Amino acid sequence: MRLVRRWSVAGLLTWLVPVIAVLIWEALSASGLVPARKLPSPHSVVLAFWEMLKSGELLQDVFVSTLRAATGFLIGGVLGFVFGLTAGISRLAERLFDGTLQMLRMVPHLALIPLVIVWFGIGESAKVFLVACGVFFPIYYNTYHGIRGIDSGLLEMARVQGLGPAALFREVIFPGALPSILVGVRYSLGIMWLTLIVAETIAGNSGIGYMTMNAREFMQTDVVVLGILLYAALGKLIDSAARWVEKGTLAWHPTFGQA
Amino acid sequence: MASDVRAGLNFLARSFAQAPLRAVPRSEPAGLPIRLRGVAKGFGSRGVLNNVDLTIDPGQFIAIVGRSGSGKSTLLRLLAGLEVPDGGQVHLGGLSPREAAGSLRVMFQDGRLLPWRRVIDNVALGLSIAEQPRAVAALRDVGLEERAREWPRVLSGGQRQRVALARALASSPRLILLDEPLGALDALTRLEMQGLIESVWRQSGFTAVLVTHDVAEAALLADRILLIENGGISMDLAVDLPRPRRAGAALAEIESLVLERLLKKVD
Repeated sequence: MRLVRRWSVAGLLTWLVPVIAVLIWEALSASGLVPARKLPSPHSVVLAFWEMLKSGELLQDVFVSTLRAATGFLIGGVLGFVFGLTAGISRLAERLFDGTLQMLRMVPHLALIPLVIVWFGIGESAKVFLVACGVFFPIYYNTYHGIRGIDSGLLEMARVQGLGPAALFREVIFPGALPSILVGVRYSLGIMWLTLIVAETIAGNSGIGYMTMNAREFMQTDVVVLGILLYAALGKLIDSAARWVEKGTLAWHPTFGQA
Repeated sequence: MASDVRAGLNFLARSFAQAPLRAVPRSEPAGLPIRLRGVAKGFGSRGVLNNVDLTIDPGQFIAIVGRSGSGKSTLLRLLAGLEVPDGGQVHLGGLSPREAAGSLRVMFQDGRLLPWRRVIDNVALGLSIAEQPRAVAALRDVGLEERAREWPRVLSGGQRQRVALARALASSPRLILLDEPLGALDALTRLEMQGLIESVWRQSGFTAVLVTHDVAEAALLADRILLIENGGISMDLAVDLPRPRRAGAALAEIESLVLERLLKKVD
């Protein structure tokens, strides 16, 4: 039922503008008004995609980038969650490090790049470190605030019902903070890609960013555009996955979980 | 809403049919006796309760009435162990409220259901896995077993309070503290809930302490009405009427007695 709906007229309308834009782009390229050296035509981007897919180069680069993104996200996300949880639960922990973290949050993590290159060189760890830094703060902040935002009446009720610390976390604290945590996750997924793009473009010898920079040296603008589109597609894919998780876990929520 | 009313009426009919037999509670332990000696509690410089002495027999239904800010909720929170007295002692069957926590439950005015847990899981909150069937039974006792898999937000206010009551009942506590549990409900739903609370109390034999601002409710349900004023118990009125009680001259007399006393202090 819902599948049929998705292909209705309204659904098709969403695609009208992008399709027209691509057609105009193709026409401009074909007429020579836009030189291929500045911006390749859509069909040559598709061709480049096909060529690189066949050679296996593309999958290799996408795999390397995804692995970096995932590793950095996991490290930064877990640390952010643990610190956010500790600061959310314990006043002592909050006093101990929340102020420091709020200060550090103001440092744009990309400004660390020169320092990171000095520390780690241009290898994997540099990129993973940068991604982890970028991911840490939104997750920390949203976990912390999610926990602080839990209705104190519910905590009191849980105490009266005799819940121990583990049950309190499982039944009240984690599910209560989850909407906020997932907002942090979605936000940090955006930061994750952005950081990776910058890090790979500046230094690297593999990955999508490297692929585009390498192509620039040989004036292969079709590959450059392909790389940009790949980042967009992967970003969109991951955001959709996060929304799907959100819908599944927040079915109880009046705004997130309209099933 | 309509089904809510119907379920409530069915329940009333059933409990009336069951007739007054509160003598032998099922097999659960009887109610918890309560003893307060010289209990005092203040917040900042403001003394809320001073030197309160009170003895409540096991299985009694007590109603506490008083003006807003008179300290009636504070007294209930002291019994629940949610506040610690500044002076004096609170004994629940010889234990402190903290020690007796496992055998007492609280029903709050705002229900306090976990919005992210389904109705049945809210009722089962705090039960061990082996005790889960008790949640089903408690939900059946309040007439909501068909709503077990719903989210709390789709329930009406009255249904939510039934779930909160079921949660309080599920662990078969010896003392249930009711903090204005019906204050936010409409008149008809409130009547149904009063019938429900009375009938589960008569079945289970727990000690019940009900804080309410509704004097009629106190007269309808309580064995004993306590009026809290100026930090102490200024009136202790036994209500010796057969149950279930119906509106009539006897109830009206008790109501006016309490109301007169409440209003006297205005000037």
